[in-house]
Amino acid sequence: MSVLVFAESTEGKFKKTAFEAVSYGKKVAEQLGTTIVALTINASNTSELATYGAEKILKVSSDKLNTFNAKVYASVVKQAVENEGANIIIIDSSANGLYLAPLVAANLEAGYASNVVALPSSTTPLVVKRKAFSSKGFNNTEIKTATAVFGLSKNSYGVFENSVSSSEEDFSPALADTDFGVNITAVDKASGKVTIADADIVVSAGRGLKGPENWGMVEELADVLGAATACSKPVSDLGWRPHSEHVGQTGKPVASNLYIAIGISGAIQHLAGINSSKVKVVINTDPEAPFFKAADYGIVGDAFEVVPQLIEKLKEFKAQNA
Amino acid sequence: MKILVCISHVPDTTSKINFTDNDSKFDTNGVQFVINPYDEFVLTRAMWFKEKQGATVTVVNVGNATTEPTLRKALAIGADDAIRVNAEATDGFFVAKQIAEVVKNGAYDLVLAGKESIDYNGGMVPGILASILDANFVNACISLEVDGSSATAVREIDGGKETLATSLPLVIGGQKGIVEESELRIPNMRGIMMARKKPLNIVEPSSFEPTTVSINFEKPAAKSTIKMVDASNVGELVSLLHNEAKVI
Repeated sequence: MSVLVFAESTEGKFKKTAFEAVSYGKKVAEQLGTTIVALTINASNTSELATYGAEKILKVSSDKLNTFNAKVYASVVKQAVENEGANIIIIDSSANGLYLAPLVAANLEAGYASNVVALPSSTTPLVVKRKAFSSKGFNNTEIKTATAVFGLSKNSYGVFENSVSSSEEDFSPALADTDFGVNITAVDKASGKVTIADADIVVSAGRGLKGPENWGMVEELADVLGAATACSKPVSDLGWRPHSEHVGQTGKPVASNLYIAIGISGAIQHLAGINSSKVKVVINTDPEAPFFKAADYGIVGDAFEVVPQLIEKLKEFKAQNA
Repeated sequence: MKILVCISHVPDTTSKINFTDNDSKFDTNGVQFVINPYDEFVLTRAMWFKEKQGATVTVVNVGNATTEPTLRKALAIGADDAIRVNAEATDGFFVAKQIAEVVKNGAYDLVLAGKESIDYNGGMVPGILASILDANFVNACISLEVDGSSATAVREIDGGKETLATSLPLVIGGQKGIVEESELRIPNMRGIMMARKKPLNIVEPSSFEPTTVSINFEKPAAKSTIKMVDASNVGELVSLLHNEAKVI
């Protein structure tokens, strides 16, 4: 019995969600009185995981695994689980994590709880809390199978340092050529830009901005904060901003530490997509906008006056705290 | 090409979410049900394959008789026939296993599903289904072309997208982008009339042990009241975010 965490890396570097998954996995292992194994694929600096509690690090290195392939990776995870006798598998909720986890669950005939937001409330039976109804509710789910897969919701648990002395071991899983049925032919990735998925802060704007030409101040505000930019559904439907920026129930979910909504009224579908964010700020001319009922801080005012001032004040703040 | 589209019957996106029976069940009182929005995108893409490439399109739902209006709506949009697996959809694993039986019996080449349903948000069915069928699988798919038995799909990755070459049999977990919002179809009167005559076959479920069980539901904790900052004093917001919320 042990807890196995898939610690995802891109181009050798771990994502923050990998550290969160290891932090979480360490606590689950403590609850169960067992140990945690972190599985890495082609990652450098694997010892970083020891900082977050990984007692054992299983290292897979193969040129065949340089790009993510869900089916092949799922087979690697399965072999690692069998090798370690793991009974709880933890996978993050990155785009790759969400692609991978159901395949791992199917391979292991394991009960799968996705969007997990807390430590198990009970270990026998095994019960975890997960988000449902687009964050408008939670579901306590019991896993009935001997092996369980948890998909850990982003930014729901946090990253905690918990240094342990760890052992590292190389692992060479069998890779079946027949599993390579889906192959990457092109990647289109904005470099140097903070993505909504990885951002601690998201700055989002809506129709209140009146037109795509007015997004300069949104981007400047995001720059000052090191934030990602996002938008409401009408804005992406109008083509003012790309679909990849649409956040909401049918767009991207946001689970950032800070979410700043500018000129967004706060339709129920928008709120469903962002209410996992920890702190919400709303700037809107209409004091009756529903967003004011869902936010932590609010300013009633014209975005074209408030946002430039906010940029200026933040720059002053940065200068003082640099 | 034989296409199967998985249709989830979910509360409309504007629904207020409440629970009943000691928080053990979703309260359907006053709730309007719709085709899961993610499924509607892939269904619309299936219509394109039907019209341009002569594909046949079957829709499937795992649910009790109350889901039939949702399947009829899919027929009105243009699917050729429908299958309802007569079982409560207990969890994603169970649903995937039931649909896998349908796929095996119907020899479908392409299975399209939304990447998740907006009710339980499990995001489980497409992946587990693909695994059971040993089919190729693309999740978070935002573009799909099929040429003979080969397929080109684009999937969303964190911060971008990735183009993938694959082949049938194929399972897709799709989302907006596979068609645009503006391409979604509202059934017209003729479609609705025709849908009444199209076959809706009810099949009995296979029995599978549940892998997970829902214990109960909770609503998010009530929000504390908002703190308002005057528009002439934006500096105060910066100080609150730093000193009180500690997020900058």
